[in-house]
Amino acid sequence: MSEPTGPTLLDPVQMGRPVGRLDGRRKVLGVAPYAVEHEAEGAAQAAMVASTVPRGRVRSIDATAARALPGVLAVLDHTNAPRVADGEDREFAPLQDDTVWFRRQPVALVVAESSEVAREAAALVAVEYDEEPAEVGLRPDSPRLYTPEKLSDGSESDTSAGDVEAALAAATHVVDETYATPYEHNNPMEPHATIATWHGEDAGLGDGPVLTLVDSTQGVHAVRSSLAPVLGIEPERLEVVAPYVGGGFGSKGAPHVNVVLAALAAKALAPRPVRLTVTRQQMFALVGYRTATIQHFRLGADADGRLTAISHDVLEQSAAIKEFVEQTGSPTRSMYAAPNRRTTHRVARLDVAIPFWMRAPGEMPGMFAHEVAMDELAHRCGLDPIELRVRNEPDVDPETGHPFGRRRLLECLRRGAERFGWEEGPRAPLSRREGDWLVGTGVASSTYPANAMPGNEATVTFEHGCYAVGIGAADIGTGSWTSLTQVTADALGVGLEQIRLGIGDTRYPSASVAGGSSGLSSWGIAITAAARAFREQHGDRPSEGASATAGMPDNPDLQEYALNSYGAHFAKVRVHADTGQIRVPRMLGVFSVGRAVNPTTLRSQFLGGMVMGLSAALFEESVRDPRFGHVVTQDLASYHVAANADVADLDAIWLDDDVETHLNPMGSRGAGEIGIVGSPAAIVNAVFDATGVRVRDLPVTADKLLAGLLPQRERDHVLGDASA
Amino acid sequence: MRPFVYERATDVADALDRAGDGAVFLAGGTNLVDHLRLGVRSAERLVDITRIGLDEVEELPGGGLRVGALVRNSDLAAHPALRRGFPVVAQALLAGASGQLRNMATTGGNLLQRTRCVYFQDVTMPCTKRDPGSGCSALEGYAAGNAIFETSPRCMAVHPSDLCVALVALDAVVRTTGPAGDREIPMTELYRRAEDGPETDTHLVPGELITHVDLPPLAPGTRSAYRKVRERASYAFALVSVAAALDVVDGRVRDARLGFGGVCHRPFRARRAEEALVGGPADAAAFAAAIDAELAHARPGRDNAAKVPILRNTALAVLAGLADEGARS
Ligand SMILES: Cc1cc2nc3c(=O)[nH]c(=O)nc-3n(C[C@H](O)[C@H](O)[C@H](O)COP(=O)(O)OP(=O)(O)OC[C@H]3O[C@@H](n4cnc5c(N)ncnc54)[C@H](O)[C@@H]3O)c2cc1C
Repeated sequence: MSEPTGPTLLDPVQMGRPVGRLDGRRKVLGVAPYAVEHEAEGAAQAAMVASTVPRGRVRSIDATAARALPGVLAVLDHTNAPRVADGEDREFAPLQDDTVWFRRQPVALVVAESSEVAREAAALVAVEYDEEPAEVGLRPDSPRLYTPEKLSDGSESDTSAGDVEAALAAATHVVDETYATPYEHNNPMEPHATIATWHGEDAGLGDGPVLTLVDSTQGVHAVRSSLAPVLGIEPERLEVVAPYVGGGFGSKGAPHVNVVLAALAAKALAPRPVRLTVTRQQMFALVGYRTATIQHFRLGADADGRLTAISHDVLEQSAAIKEFVEQTGSPTRSMYAAPNRRTTHRVARLDVAIPFWMRAPGEMPGMFAHEVAMDELAHRCGLDPIELRVRNEPDVDPETGHPFGRRRLLECLRRGAERFGWEEGPRAPLSRREGDWLVGTGVASSTYPANAMPGNEATVTFEHGCYAVGIGAADIGTGSWTSLTQVTADALGVGLEQIRLGIGDTRYPSASVAGGSSGLSSWGIAITAAARAFREQHGDRPSEGASATAGMPDNPDLQEYALNSYGAHFAKVRVHADTGQIRVPRMLGVFSVGRAVNPTTLRSQFLGGMVMGLSAALFEESVRDPRFGHVVTQDLASYHVAANADVADLDAIWLDDDVETHLNPMGSRGAGEIGIVGSPAAIVNAVFDATGVRVRDLPVTADKLLAGLLPQRERDHVLGDASA
Repeated sequence: MRPFVYERATDVADALDRAGDGAVFLAGGTNLVDHLRLGVRSAERLVDITRIGLDEVEELPGGGLRVGALVRNSDLAAHPALRRGFPVVAQALLAGASGQLRNMATTGGNLLQRTRCVYFQDVTMPCTKRDPGSGCSALEGYAAGNAIFETSPRCMAVHPSDLCVALVALDAVVRTTGPAGDREIPMTELYRRAEDGPETDTHLVPGELITHVDLPPLAPGTRSAYRKVRERASYAFALVSVAAALDVVDGRVRDARLGFGGVCHRPFRARRAEEALVGGPADAAAFAAAIDAELAHARPGRDNAAKVPILRNTALAVLAGLADEGARS
């Protein structure tokens, strides 16, 4: 193997410092504008009308009453809405024909002088349908199941090595269980929202923007490249602006139908700007969600607990209107060593809303199943769950055979065990009690791939004694304004005060989305390249206006190494013996993610991910109406996320001297997602330790636990008995 | 959201004058304003009653309390006389909503808050309570929150309040004034069963204003407590809840009051359990027999069966706790 030449690492001067958020003051003062807060003189307001059948055709739309409401400017539907130039992606072709693909699909759009009038008018639009039978539930025997061509991470649907069935038949210890995860919605704090202004073809003497979208997005360039062809605009003439974004968790990683609707409305009303805010309830139908999964997991091990077989068969769901295939089995392919391995994915395209990325798509549900199965195996082998993982640590990536960049999983587990006070040895469930509470502890591993996305470019210009650095990156609340400034300062070898960063606008060069834990990595590569080009061309004493632009240099290491982050989660839980209520007094995460570019914002990512993991373990579930397939828990009073009172002692640390030498010049790997991977499993494993009850479907709720707890409490009154 | 007129009443008489003609009383607004936004409810006029007085807690001779309808939930929960004499009420209040909401929410508003059934709150789905005659979507739909007592296919919703569970247990009396003059209505008779017509929640008439809630005194030595079961540690409605007051003398139950929340179209008074308890020994077996006597009448469905054992365990734990407390003092 030729010696790969990895990136030349930057000297960390500003990187590694806990620099406070550079945009903090603007945010606290309320002058950092979120999408709808941008000035838009004379903007009209749009409100969507949603279908009330899950499948069928719009027979008629009567907007007479809506149009009669004072203040209503237009009612658009498939008979009169502006046409899209390319309707192949049906998510981006609203109001183009009469087909209804799922309940709550937009079938009309009202534009009015105020949002109150728009919403009222939307309620007055009378739509009639020719309804067709719909399939809305994910069932193992669904007639709609098929094998997808690829998973959303681009990998194969099915993989196989060795002979899993033979290995399982010969194994001393076997785990053969089915795990399930529910539908979940991202629910960022800031709802999706857009202000669209259609300037027209002759704008700016023929080369100004035809359309401006002020949008709440994880990537302005992603919005541009997805929607320019849809709207029939040259990409350079679609301007997208998103300086501040109130979270996305993946749901803003690509535009959704609401952005197209805003653009179509703006075209109809040109040159008047149109504001379209997605309501919290509509977010449960239009901006993506995590599919539910049903996962059949089988592990075979020899007498010493060495894995001989790993088999992971995934059932999940996509939408009839558009395919999205969660890569649930992907992490299983590289996690532990075993000679016989297989993963499969079967997907049902149902008459429901379109699933999409939600923080750690694939890794989160997949590793939940894998890490609970490992805990079950440890129990069956009579081994400490950490020891089981030690015995199954692979030397090379089991999937590709490539060497790992730096795999420090075991160090994370050991460091965590020490800090947490992990009691070594096999678990003895149901052995600790404090008053009415059963107490237990659990552990789980975590992993997330180290991604660097292609297509990034940055520009550096020397202006008024400062370096203006532009890249169309995004800060979705994670702290990129700050951490990218640190990276830039080190790339140019100057102080923070000399950097003027520009992001969140398509006027800056192309950048990939803030997603896949890849933002800082991908953008930093381009910024460093631009800074180095700048120094090469203009030296250390540049003249005013000196400028350089660069993209991403080739990195052969990406083909030679398996690059992943790792972590270990520990949780302590208390389960009330009478009611089955679960509390989590303590969580610890120990991570290896490469260099901490900014320890403060890094820690926030870990903690946020862990809270979301806690939330997924115990609360989050989008409940679908079994008849119509829409989500009925469609607000934050009925879709429960962890409240402050649920989060107690939360601790996240990372390994020292952690520098990734193969990925990027910063030595970092990305940290946005690893906190949610494995943390639900740690909690579920702790619940088993506390109660002896193994719950295999999330969220773990009192009712699921109680069924198992009751016999142990010698309660004579079992579930449902009272109705007899 | 339809345009409406906002008016501010200056006193009780003024509020009554302004009632009628599509007027709706606005107290803290924490429930009403949501419903206006969601289109669950509309109003021609909102009559703000937060400046009409009725915002004090008065101690009545004999140990009772008279609570003004506009007393905020947080103020009531913090009132020393309430905390001393009626811990079950203070605990119920503090188990509800969040600090911010309790600062806004009023006593009268809490009594008249409407169900949290997801179908009631979604105007695109049939719901008889919202749209009379349209049927109950929760029968065949999402049913985990459904009622288990006094169930009726007309409406499977449960009453959401914590406070009301304590108030029905204590035989509180609601005082009102309105078109038909002044009335005193026991809490246990204020609410309608689903079977009686779920379109309206209470027996109040349009334009009737709640002025006070009276809490009759409990016998000295009575212990009381409220326990709420919910998955999230705060800011969630009850899966089930139990309000209890227990007067134990020489190991025997002299008086018992039990209310259940999250299980019925109205705040539920567990009279069968009470009857079984009174006169009997204050021990675990007697408690279990009493609770089971009540639960024998529960009618859980496909998705909400867990409410039965959770309610049972919670009620037993609360009763045992109260008996212990009494024995220790
Ligand atoms: C997110 C959330 C969580 C919550 N969680 C809980 C919980 O866990 N437990 C719980 O018990 N409650 C909970 N609540 C409900 C809360 O307690 C009620 O919204 C509140 O008590 C209503 O009081 P209000 O003064 O705001 O009433 P408003 O919203 O002003 O009024 C409610 C109704 O009462 C009528 N009304 C008010 N006062 C009078 C009067 N004096 N005479 C006649 N009619 C009157 C109004 O016309 C209206 O119909 C929650 C609410 C929210 C939004």
